[in-house]
Amino acid sequence: MQRVSADARVRVSLTLNGRQVSGWAEARTLLCDFLRHELGETGTHVGCEHGVCGACTVRIDGVPARSCLALAVQADGRRIDTIEGLGGSDGALGPLQAAFRKHHALQCGFCTPGLLMSLSALFDGPTVPTEDQIRDTVGGHLCRCTGYAGIMAAAREVAEDLRKSGEKS
Amino acid sequence: MKPRKFGYCRPDTLDEALALLAEHGDQACVLAGGQSLVPMLNLRLVDSALVIDISRIAALASIRETDDHLEIGAATTQARLLAHPGLERAVPLLARALPFVGHVQTRSRGTVCGSLAHADPSAELPLCLATLGGSVVLRSTRGERVLAAADFQTGALTTARAPDELVVAARFPTARAGQGIAFAEVARRHGDFAIVALAAVADQGALRLGVGGVADRPTVRAWTGLASADLPDVLNDLAWDLGGRDDLHATAHFRRDLVRRLGRTVLEEAASCSA
Repeated sequence: MQRVSADARVRVSLTLNGRQVSGWAEARTLLCDFLRHELGETGTHVGCEHGVCGACTVRIDGVPARSCLALAVQADGRRIDTIEGLGGSDGALGPLQAAFRKHHALQCGFCTPGLLMSLSALFDGPTVPTEDQIRDTVGGHLCRCTGYAGIMAAAREVAEDLRKSGEKS
Repeated sequence: MKPRKFGYCRPDTLDEALALLAEHGDQACVLAGGQSLVPMLNLRLVDSALVIDISRIAALASIRETDDHLEIGAATTQARLLAHPGLERAVPLLARALPFVGHVQTRSRGTVCGSLAHADPSAELPLCLATLGGSVVLRSTRGERVLAAADFQTGALTTARAPDELVVAARFPTARAGQGIAFAEVARRHGDFAIVALAAVADQGALRLGVGGVADRPTVRAWTGLASADLPDVLNDLAWDLGGRDDLHATAHFRRDLVRRLGRTVLEEAASCSA
């Protein structure tokens, strides 16, 4: 059984975007703050801090989740994927990122990392996402700039490209 | 905001968790998926000396079907239950209501039992459990007891759970052949807590209607041999009996109207799909 006293800092090790990393956290440290302040990965944004806005969404063991509602100590030993891992190692944009740029799916960009992590999980699924699935996923995020039209257009285009490529049905 | 300082324990077994609760129960809170507890810790609405994380207790991550109910362990997430192959057949009401619980991104960690233990008056899962007449299994080092949904949730965010007890499972009665169900909800946005949520069950001429979001807990009414012409009257009585109040999201008048109109819709839908 793991025990962490209120004043202690413990070592948390996890696989971040395929790399083994570790840092120190208090029991009360949220995963989003651990990523940003301890590991220096500031791509994950922190908005409402109570799970509503979706800006802090990352993938925990592949599944999208709010990093403001997970404790860093809970992520110990887990695989965490953040926006920093979404592009190529040469800095090239991934397909979702490129479509976001093309369709002006962002303006201030605050919600973008969360949206992209949720959508990347959806698009990694076994089938090409349907309009309803895309809507359901985007519905878990607040964007106050775009009115969502560009976000939906970008996701639809990536879905259409996937379908045409014949990789998935 | 950030949580106040607290200690953290992650027991590997149920016995360890129960021993921790026996020792620290009145100063501890139980963390499973964290989708209700962590917001309250962040907003400092909950102040706890110790957080007991039960999410990695393998024995609690269960979905078990018996002759008459589906038993869902305390570490089972809403997403896992929604993806359970037999759900639509076993408890169709849950298959219908679960997509209304939060979002994909919160169902991935949020647990079924966590939602029941949190006992928000407008949450969908307590409404389903109450409408189906399900129960909650509580365990402590003193033993085990099983409480009916109506005896478990005693008010808004309040349950009959003793400080040293753990909600280890919830039991949702499985649908009998010919049973009809329906679910409807009105919220500001999909995934928000409901302004009014309604669940209906029709079974051989018997009707049950559960209403969430109005009173301080889900309210269930049952009728047998109700004529369709009587529906407006009984629903009007129910709408007033719930004692809904005006708040930031809706007026009491609007809530009564939703109970009357949507109540009729879900009861008729449930009756029409029952054999």
